[in-house]
Amino acid sequence: MKRYSAFAVAREALRGNAGWQRAWGAPEPRPAYDVVIIGAGGHGLATAYYLGKRFGITNVAILEKGWLGGGNTGRNTTIIRSNYLQDASAAIYEKARSLYETLSQDLNYNIMFSPRGVMMLAQTHHEVRGYQRTAFANNLQGVETEFIGPQRVKELCPIIELKGPRYPVMGALWQPRGGTARHDAVAWGYARACSDMGMHIIQQCEVTGVRSEGGKVTGVETTKGPIGCSKLGVVVAGHSGVVAEMAGFRLPIESVPLQALVSEPIKPCMDVVVMANTVHGYMSQSDKGEMVIGGGTDGYNAYTQRGSFHHLEETVRALIETFPMISRLKMLRHWGGIVDVTGDRSPILSKTPVEGVFINCGWGTGGFKAIPGSGWGFAELMAKGHSPLTAEFGLDRFTEGRFIDESVAAGVAH
Amino acid sequence: MSHRLPQGGRLIDRRKPRTFRFNNRAMRGMKGDTLASALLASDQMLVGRSFKYHRPRGIVASGAEEPNALVNLGTGDRFEPNQRATTTELFDGLVAKSQNHFPSLDFDIGVVNDALSKFLSAGFYYKMFIHPRPFWKHVYEPFIRQSAGLGKAPDAEARDVDTYEHMYAHVDVLVVGGGVAGLQEARAAGEAGKEVLLIEQTAHWGGRAPVDGGSVGGGPVDKWVDETVAALAEMPNVRMRLRMMGAGVYDHSYALGYERVSDHQPGNDAPRHRLWRIRATEIVTATGAIERPLSFAGNDIPGVMLASAVRDYVVNYGVTPGRRVAIATNNDDAYRTALALADAGVGVPVIVDARSEGGPLAEAARDRGIRVEFGMGVGRLLGGKRVTGVGICRMDSDGSALHEIACDAVAMSGGWSPVVHLWSHCGGKLNWNETRAHFAPDPARAPTGADGQAFVRAAGAASGALTLPEILDGAEDWEEAPLSPVWQMPAQAEKALQGKSWLDFQNDVKVSDVRLAAREGYESVEHTKRYTTLGMATDQGKLSNINGLAVLADALHKDIPAVGTTTFRPPYTPISMGAIAGEARGALFQPIRRTPMHDWHDAHGADWEPVGAWRRPYAFVQNGEDVHDAVMREVTNTRQNLGLLDASTLGKLIVKGPDAGRFLDMMYTNMMSTLKPGRCRYGLMCSENGFLIDDGVVARIDDETFLCHTTTGGADRIHGHMEDWLQCEWWDWKVWVVNATEQFAQVGVVGPNARKVLEKLGGMEVSADALPFMAWADGEIGGFRARVYRISFSGELSYEIAVDAGQGQAFWDALMEAGEEFGVMPYGTEALHIMRAEKGFIMIGDETDGTVIPQDLGLNWAISKKKEDYLGKRAQERDHMTDPDRWQLVGLETLDGSVLPDGAYAVEAGWNDNDQRRVQGRVTSTYHSPTLGRGIAMGLVRHGPDRMGEVLDFPVPGGTTVRAKIVDPVFYDREGEKQNV
Repeated sequence: MKRYSAFAVAREALRGNAGWQRAWGAPEPRPAYDVVIIGAGGHGLATAYYLGKRFGITNVAILEKGWLGGGNTGRNTTIIRSNYLQDASAAIYEKARSLYETLSQDLNYNIMFSPRGVMMLAQTHHEVRGYQRTAFANNLQGVETEFIGPQRVKELCPIIELKGPRYPVMGALWQPRGGTARHDAVAWGYARACSDMGMHIIQQCEVTGVRSEGGKVTGVETTKGPIGCSKLGVVVAGHSGVVAEMAGFRLPIESVPLQALVSEPIKPCMDVVVMANTVHGYMSQSDKGEMVIGGGTDGYNAYTQRGSFHHLEETVRALIETFPMISRLKMLRHWGGIVDVTGDRSPILSKTPVEGVFINCGWGTGGFKAIPGSGWGFAELMAKGHSPLTAEFGLDRFTEGRFIDESVAAGVAH
Repeated sequence: MSHRLPQGGRLIDRRKPRTFRFNNRAMRGMKGDTLASALLASDQMLVGRSFKYHRPRGIVASGAEEPNALVNLGTGDRFEPNQRATTTELFDGLVAKSQNHFPSLDFDIGVVNDALSKFLSAGFYYKMFIHPRPFWKHVYEPFIRQSAGLGKAPDAEARDVDTYEHMYAHVDVLVVGGGVAGLQEARAAGEAGKEVLLIEQTAHWGGRAPVDGGSVGGGPVDKWVDETVAALAEMPNVRMRLRMMGAGVYDHSYALGYERVSDHQPGNDAPRHRLWRIRATEIVTATGAIERPLSFAGNDIPGVMLASAVRDYVVNYGVTPGRRVAIATNNDDAYRTALALADAGVGVPVIVDARSEGGPLAEAARDRGIRVEFGMGVGRLLGGKRVTGVGICRMDSDGSALHEIACDAVAMSGGWSPVVHLWSHCGGKLNWNETRAHFAPDPARAPTGADGQAFVRAAGAASGALTLPEILDGAEDWEEAPLSPVWQMPAQAEKALQGKSWLDFQNDVKVSDVRLAAREGYESVEHTKRYTTLGMATDQGKLSNINGLAVLADALHKDIPAVGTTTFRPPYTPISMGAIAGEARGALFQPIRRTPMHDWHDAHGADWEPVGAWRRPYAFVQNGEDVHDAVMREVTNTRQNLGLLDASTLGKLIVKGPDAGRFLDMMYTNMMSTLKPGRCRYGLMCSENGFLIDDGVVARIDDETFLCHTTTGGADRIHGHMEDWLQCEWWDWKVWVVNATEQFAQVGVVGPNARKVLEKLGGMEVSADALPFMAWADGEIGGFRARVYRISFSGELSYEIAVDAGQGQAFWDALMEAGEEFGVMPYGTEALHIMRAEKGFIMIGDETDGTVIPQDLGLNWAISKKKEDYLGKRAQERDHMTDPDRWQLVGLETLDGSVLPDGAYAVEAGWNDNDQRRVQGRVTSTYHSPTLGRGIAMGLVRHGPDRMGEVLDFPVPGGTTVRAKIVDPVFYDREGEKQNV
């Protein structure tokens, strides 16, 4: 693989960019691989990457129905944070956040991780107490957060309105090392690295069936023919239930549209990420200058990657209260993706009733921030059968009632 | 130079001048001008700088597709960035400034990026700025952010002074677009008796037709437009709105209209924008077509415009972009521009036509003496901040041999693309039309509704019917020869020229960038878009996306339809956040609910706390006190004398019907069906998963009627929860639920003197015998019709008294007056919290957080063992729920009497597999108790009730540790003697 660097860019510029190679290959599938991952989104690609990097498993194919990174990886609001309350969540999200810090160097691909800081506003006494609790928990979990007062909030984010008529800002949970990254680049960077290890990323290849014998997986049927494998990772947010059904089991998951929008670009005016969970909205400014805005999930289950406009009205309304200066900005574009939502709003990284089939899903509205940690843990689970990062996220927790419920701390924007 | 022509301009009124300022320079325009036409009339061709290379940018278009002419508009609280000059109607006093440059539009140091553009090819930032790691945050990113962005950010303290409205329309037919096709569609639907809404984004009916010419039924098309508009205006079933754009089409035949009511006359009384939510049985998209630029080297130099835009400026506004306007085309339509220019007396030095021959329009141009060069293209444009000439070459060459012709503007036309956005928003599919080289709606694959029927239909140019005779019966116009698709001019343009051929003018994406993306494997059209930023500018690719797709297809050796388009997303053009929010802003954003006594509280020192949609007094602060002092005083006074609590916010759900008891037995863990009329019972409500979600006192009113109190924040949610079960699961049960919260004002009369004050007011019997603890009765107190509940959340003698909401304040006044001799004082929520904690009562949201079951809280006594089922019962039998290691409720006392930090965790030895400190409990509520004179807390601790007296460590950030002893959670009056008196 040709290394990326300022020097390489300069050298190529002087010879008309003729020497750049493909970032990832476009191979035809082989009849079989050791491991097949369904879904070339961030989580699937990261899983493949760490299978290779940590466990030397490189005879891997990643199958993608559309174009790689085209699901929720390419549709989210790019927020990265790990200020979770429960130990299991804090562990995997903090692992992810710490991997993000060095991911550009790791992948030799600038994913533009921007540790600009994330604050979650406390706008009721109840929220103040909830975030104080989270700060205590984070302190013991090795996650650097603190509860800050309103004046500090205003210093960090001058465009905020502290004394809104409805919900005053009483403080915030502040994670200085949280931030954002360029979402597409995360998928592309992992894809390039996987391809470089000899893995096959096969786009436009839809899985239509899962083959098994005696309760053990043997491969998949695809639109490009059957492909054998002894281990199968299902990483298909938005359609997890569909693929699980092919494999013959059911998931405790609902699929719901989640929408986001951006404003037209403006000069820098907001240096941090702000989440306002009481009013249901969050906002940051992209490096391009757009205000990137998201809210809660739609009220209805669906597979259309759209959503209802009235839901965006709620989000925008909430954010105008929080940041009144955006009232005269214009919405450039809004879009939707489909998220898997579990009963406790926490993900599933688990073995399944079919031997050799592993599932990684249920990230709900918060999957992007978890990509490296999810890949790290899921690869270990697939390679070794156990990972401390994923141990609490098994499917069995739903039958045992051992939920990992973050709703107390995270409200809507989980 | 661009200038106003001595005559002409069908939309302007030369007798009505308008003054405005651009970059602090006073300029003049005319009524009817757009900001763009007025700028051109003042020879202001340079209007901005591009996003990436900060290259000079001029006006390219005349409508919504404009990528360059974006301005900072207005000042102060009416400031707005990124306003398109081409769709901004000029008004007196308009103030505009150009964007994205420093220090000035003419001299922008950002142009250094242009000099370095060779090094800044597509995706360069993914390949560099990787080392050293801290530099991204501290050096690279700040620099990139500063040079990116377009308009100025509004001031942090800017407060929009305008208002916005939401409107609704339910119609049979929504026609989007008031051009000839839209007018015809509206007329047909109107004549068929349908309810019609016809909307047009500009301030004028007729669309392009009056500029492009042609005739209908022997008369000019303008006349047909006027007559049709007049006919429509006569139809009572047809509504027509100008300045209203079709912003989006959504599932279930829902459409969004964006009406710019007063952008053209700011400061008047009208709302600024209206957002229309439209349900239409059928949506007709008559949204026209947009002309494509041509990709040749230097096509981004100010002075290069779409041929149709040049025509618009000449015909509509009497403005020409230059004195000598060269034309480059691959089709006949651009010849209309040549004729319009010639009619206006503007020189056309040459028409360069990529085709080998043209149609009658070309002949007409030649007949006017205009030089027409077939088989030729533009090799390179000459000029920097302004076009100075055009170098033409053979179309099939590599562009190296040039013949230069002087000109000061260029009109280009690469053909037309139907506006398919609204068609596509909700899933309408497209076909590639090879002859016309554009994507057009495929009627066989329209967006479909719940019934499977199509609900969107495209009409006119938006459907691919580009000529007048195709659209209107009886129309005549020039016959047009077919175009020849041109995606790069000249066809074999050498690399250097490709690197100067712009596709996306705002984001600086060139032909060479798309080719590089394809070579690097970003082959999906979505990858190319995201890698190069093609089509991600504020015009969202309206101008150049098709050109980009074609280049990509060529680079991949694929057909254009095989490459496909990116996803069309709403809105069609950007719409204001204010319009999206509508009226619900400020005080109307989630209006505050007020109890009948709200104003009294406000006048008596209430320190407000938001609770659900209500505000509740946290404490009543008296002179010289701080909030903490007030809380302490309120607790002490209530314990010793008499306190009043406004409890009106507590949810009051009336559950009625023959099956009400059976229903509540399912909703609550307790047995409610056995409750006797006249009695109260404290109840717990769990989710299906077993977790405690609400609590409150249930009173049985009669055999079929219960009144269920909920928490303040829970009223609406629990009402919904009940309805959910009744409507979805037990729809055949005879139960009716009404939320009566606001029908009553409820006052807690609390403290040792509570009975005395009620007896003083007189009326119903409130003695311990007549009204024992956990009983209720209807009657009269002090002349007020009242329902009195003998319940206590403080541990004191306590009556909660509900009166009619309208009598709330009078009743409160009566209590305050009668209570004076008994030491009455109101108390707020914090005193309430402290007293309940002293008493060991749990609080939903404090002791519970969605993960706690009643059994964790020592509330087994409130869980019926006799019932077969209740919501949560089965869940509570699961392994983890019956695990003896679950954390359980205890009291906590710090060794030094201090207040334990809220939310602190108790640690135990060691770290877990993920290197986190092991914990064994946490604080759920913590207060200073004035009654005990020390800190008290409640918490959940593993095996807590079995560990009385043990001391736990609670580390706090900063390295210190607070130590606290496990104690019984009831700190006050363990035997309940006070509340039972």
